[in-house]
Parts: sequence; structure tokens; C-alpha cells
Amino acid sequence: MSILNSLYLSAPEIGLVVTGLILLLVTAFGGVKTSRGVTIAAVAALFGAAIFTLDLFTNPSFALGGDIWSGLYRMDAFGSFSKILIYLATIGCLIVTPKFFDATNEYRPEYPVLMIFGAVGMGIMVSAVDLITLYMGLELMSLASYVLASFARSDERSAEAGLKYFVLGALASGILLYGMSLVYGFTGSTSYLGIRAALDGGMSTGAVFGIVFVLAGLAFKVAAVPFHMWTPDVYEGAPTPVTTFFATAPKVAALAVLMRMALDPFGGVSDVWQQVVIFAALASIIVGALGAIGQDNVKRLLAYSSINNVGFILVGLAAATETGAAAMLVYLAIYVAMSLGSFVAVLMMQDKNGRQVENIADMAGLSSSNPMLALCLAIMMLSLAGIPPLFGFWGKFVVFQAAVQADMLLFAALGIAASVIGAFYYLKIVKVMYFDDPAGVVEGRSDTSRWIVLAITTLIVSPLGYLLTPLLGDVAARAASALFFVV
Amino acid sequence: MIQTFAFYLFAVLVVASGTLTITARNPVHSVLWLILAFFNAAGLMVLVGAEFIAMLLVIVYVGAVAVLFLFVVMMLDIDFAEMRAGFIKNFPIGILIALVLLAELVLGIGAYRAGALELGVPDGAAAPIVGESNITNIGALLYSKYVFLFETAGIILLVAMIGAIVLTHRERPEGARGHQNIDKQNRRRPEDATELKTPSIGKGVEL
Repeated sequence: MSILNSLYLSAPEIGLVVTGLILLLVTAFGGVKTSRGVTIAAVAALFGAAIFTLDLFTNPSFALGGDIWSGLYRMDAFGSFSKILIYLATIGCLIVTPKFFDATNEYRPEYPVLMIFGAVGMGIMVSAVDLITLYMGLELMSLASYVLASFARSDERSAEAGLKYFVLGALASGILLYGMSLVYGFTGSTSYLGIRAALDGGMSTGAVFGIVFVLAGLAFKVAAVPFHMWTPDVYEGAPTPVTTFFATAPKVAALAVLMRMALDPFGGVSDVWQQVVIFAALASIIVGALGAIGQDNVKRLLAYSSINNVGFILVGLAAATETGAAAMLVYLAIYVAMSLGSFVAVLMMQDKNGRQVENIADMAGLSSSNPMLALCLAIMMLSLAGIPPLFGFWGKFVVFQAAVQADMLLFAALGIAASVIGAFYYLKIVKVMYFDDPAGVVEGRSDTSRWIVLAITTLIVSPLGYLLTPLLGDVAARAASALFFVV
Repeated sequence: MIQTFAFYLFAVLVVASGTLTITARNPVHSVLWLILAFFNAAGLMVLVGAEFIAMLLVIVYVGAVAVLFLFVVMMLDIDFAEMRAGFIKNFPIGILIALVLLAELVLGIGAYRAGALELGVPDGAAAPIVGESNITNIGALLYSKYVFLFETAGIILLVAMIGAIVLTHRERPEGARGHQNIDKQNRRRPEDATELKTPSIGKGVEL
């Protein structure tokens, strides 16, 4: 493929990098006062990238995608779908951020620049069809995330979260890299095509070790049990807008990478990794549900909720079928909306002095002090619990349907049973907001940009979201079929 | 003949300077011994025909890492005597780790004797150009096939740099100690800063 073709098909990344570099110059020369302008420009750039990716996705001449940059990077429907989700989630997180730092005056124009580079890393990750490309994208995303986690410099917890995330993230990268080196050593190739061909021709024990290490490293990044320990601490310590970001975009990217990895290079040997994924899925659902029960900090609770949701998404992967992959993508899209919405609602809960309210007990009385906010948050919680008229139910329905179709009845039954435990703590939040004696602490602060994000996500999650099912199902099916397209 | 001589020279010096690195009383001396060890390891790499790695050792380890160590050692107020005080206490654990390493070494040699591992066949994506040096080969791959990743690596380093500055740089208000006006500093010309005077013999200079 010609260099022009390569440039064209990876244009979302290249465009974002160029914008990021220009904005970096603006921040370097303009200083703190450019924050607002740089944020707006970053949102516009991400929006442009999303539109361009959508064009690549819908353009029939790229239906089968293409390997570019000499087989290191693949533009296909799957990558484009994930990238659109990532860009939209990043936009949502960027829009709600600046107000948060108003109190401490710590917002700086480097924040959106780091977000852009993080989004570039995620885009490279999900389009990677070579181990080296995957690692590069992952590191780019991770480095940006470590810095963002400790962005609130006056807050000790933020510094702690950043350090913790950095050390454990580096460990995860090490495990992943070790697995990759084993896979490379025993298959002789770093490209997904080469690995698949080598594994299909017979697999040695060393390659099994490599696959397990790679999956463990990626499980760390998606925060699946037993590699979830860092999540509650990091989610609690990081500034809330950054937590919002961690719970959405990087999660989509890491799960998409895990999907592509499991189904493309290791697709022929699915019996090797299926047990691992089944264990991780069930354990994540159970630990995520049980761990959340005792929490009194809403950010920690949502961290456990995200572990729980990752478990449900992995149910689709365990099926190792095309329907399973499509179901995962549907769930991912709904999860991004739910997660973004609930964190933005948490972000909007402030007391009289403008401090963030994070304690669950302090949320009592929100239904009278700010009924709209309470309603939105209640819808989010009920949807996360998977209660039928809301859209969250649809996501759970499709993944379990895929598991049942793949003849994994027992697994699906256990997962559904465990999801009932999760409903408990989601309902607890609703109960605290509506039925407990008002604690008189929480007061929602209205801010148009946050209301817009919250309203959009609430609309998606509400029963109206079901209008999206045909479209979402169709798009996800197209994206998933790209994964199973054998060249 | 000369290769054998060079090998033993480098090898003995690596081992000797490595030992001195951990036994030297003065931490600054330790780092200097470490630098010597790196240089000799680079010499060994040249002997096995890996001249690129030899250069990396010198440029990256000696040039950057070792100098960084030196700065850390000299700038941080670490009480090394206190750090050494736990030596006797931790001695059993150290011995245990040494034994584990020894067992691994024995196992490794045993496995090596048993025959080579069945590795995958290289797919030829990175096949070298025969008759060219390592550096030419690496360059040919890095700037053609892997150019996308090469650029990505650049962005990663840039992000790391942004991160380090964002997390540590503090803008000093005007008038405070350490305040910088970069624009003003850039506009400064030699003629504003220095003045050439030719004093006549036997007379002082009015400053």
C-alpha cells in the first residue's frame, strides 16, 4: 500500500497528533490563560476525528478495511467503531472538566493536550495488528493517564493515585511485554496474521504461557478480577473528571484490544484462553458486586461497579463467537453512556461551599434539593443494575444471549445470579437519595455543559434508548464481523 | 590472539569494577565504578559483533543513566551508613535470594545442555540485508517498515516530558525568588549583558 493510502486511513490519529502538537505550542507560549481556548480546540479536534472515523466506517469502499504502514496497523470497522466510542467519551470527559478545577485554580491547558495524546494512543491500540504497535499505543495512553491521575497537585490523594497507577501500570506493561516476547519467540512473528498462522499449525507450551501472560497484562488494564486491586484506590484518588475518563475511554480501548487479541491472533486456539476469560468474567461480576456493598465513597462504589461491568462484557468474549463480539460492543457502547452519566452526576453533587460530595450518606436529600439531578442519577443506577425498562438491561441481555447460544448455560446462569447481588448497592444509592432523612449537605450546582452531557447520556440510557437498538445492533454486527474476517 | 586478550581484559575489568561498585564506601565512587563497568561491557559487545548495542550502552547508560545516578547521589541527602546498618539483619534473606539465583543458574545450564528450545520460525518481516552492518540494517527497518512506530515512540517521549513538566513546574509570581521571564531572557543580547573595557595600564576599571 502506498504511503498516501497509509496516511489517509490513519488520518484520525495523524490529525489528532498534529492538533495536539499545535495546541502544545499554544500552551507553551500562551500559558494558563489559554486553557479555555485549548479545551474548545481539543474538543473540536476530537469531534473532527470522530466524524472522519465515521466516514471511514460508513464508506463502502473501505468495508473490508486494509492493513497499512506495512502491516502494522489495520483500518477496519471494528477499529473505527471503538475509536468513535473513545473519541466521544473523551469529548464528554473534556467538556465536564474545567469547572471542577475552578475551586483550586489548577486547570491548565496541558490537560486537554494530554487527553488528545491519550486518545491517539487508544486509537493506535485498537487498530493495532502487530504486537509492537499495540504496545506503543498502550504506553502512549498509559503515560497520559498516569499524569492525568495526579493532575490535582494540591491534593495528596491525587498524587497517591497517580503513583499507584504508575507503579501497577508499569508492572502490567511488564507482564504484557513478557507475554509478547514469549509469543514472539514461540511463533516467530509479531504480526497478528503471522501469530495466527503459527499457532494454527501447532502450539507449544511456551506459546500457552505467552498467551496467558498477554491476557493477564490486558486484564490488568481493563481491571478484571484478579487484577483489579488498583481500581478503587485510583478511581477514588484521581480528580473526579479524570476518574470519569478512566472509567470510559481507556476501558473501551483496553477491552477492544483484548477482543482483537483474543479473537484474531489467538482466535484459532480459543480453547486455551476461554477458561481464563470465563474465570475472569465470573470473578469480576462477583467481586465487583460484593466489593461495592461495603463502600461509603461513591467513587469507590462506581469503581467496583466498573469491575462488575467488565465482568459482564467478558461474558461476551468467553463465548468466542461473532454474536458474542457484537454483544460486547453493544454492551460497551451502553456502558460508556451509563458510566459517563453517573460520573457526571457525581461531579455535579457539591455542597454549599462548592466542595465535591463523595460520601454516600451525604447524598441523602438530593431528591428535594435537586430533583432533576437525583432523577438522572437514579436512572443511571437502575440502568447499571440492569432493571428492564432501562437500556442497561439490553446490554446484559445480549451478552447472556450470546453465552447461551454458545452452549454455556451454566456459565450464563451463574452470571445472571451474580448480577442480582449487584442490584443491591445500586438500589442503595437510590434509597439514600429518595428515602433517607435529608442530610442537608448536597446541593447540585448547575452548569450548562454538564447538564448537556448528563441529559444526552440519560436519554440514551432511558427507555428511549431502545430506539437505538436496531442501529446499534447493526453497527456492532458490522464491527464484529470485521474481527472474524479472514484475509 | 588479540581478540582473546581483549576479551579477558574487558571481562576482568567488568567483574572487578562491578565488585568495586558494590563495595566502595563512597557512593560517588560507586557510580564512577559503575560507569567503568558499562564501558567495559560495551567493549565486550563490540567483540561479539553487536556494535549497535555497544554504542547504546555508552550513549544511554554511560551518557544518561550514570550521569543521572551521579546527580541523584550528589543531590539527595541519603545516609548511606544507615542504609548499610541493616546488612547483618538482612543477611539471611540475601543468602536465600542468592541460593534461589544459583538454583536457577544450575537449572538454566542443565536446560541448555538438554538441547535448544523449539522456537518459532522467524517470519522474515525483519530479515537483515546480508553484508550490511547492524546499524545499517536497524536503520533500514526503523525508517521504512517501522516508521509509524518510530514516530509514535517520539510522541510517547514527548508525553513523558509534558507530564514531568506539568507535575513539577511551578510558576513563580513576579518578584518572587526564581521567577523567570523567558521572553525577556530570550531577548537579552550579548551586548546588553557584557561590556568590553580596555583599561590603561596601572589604572582600575569603573564598574
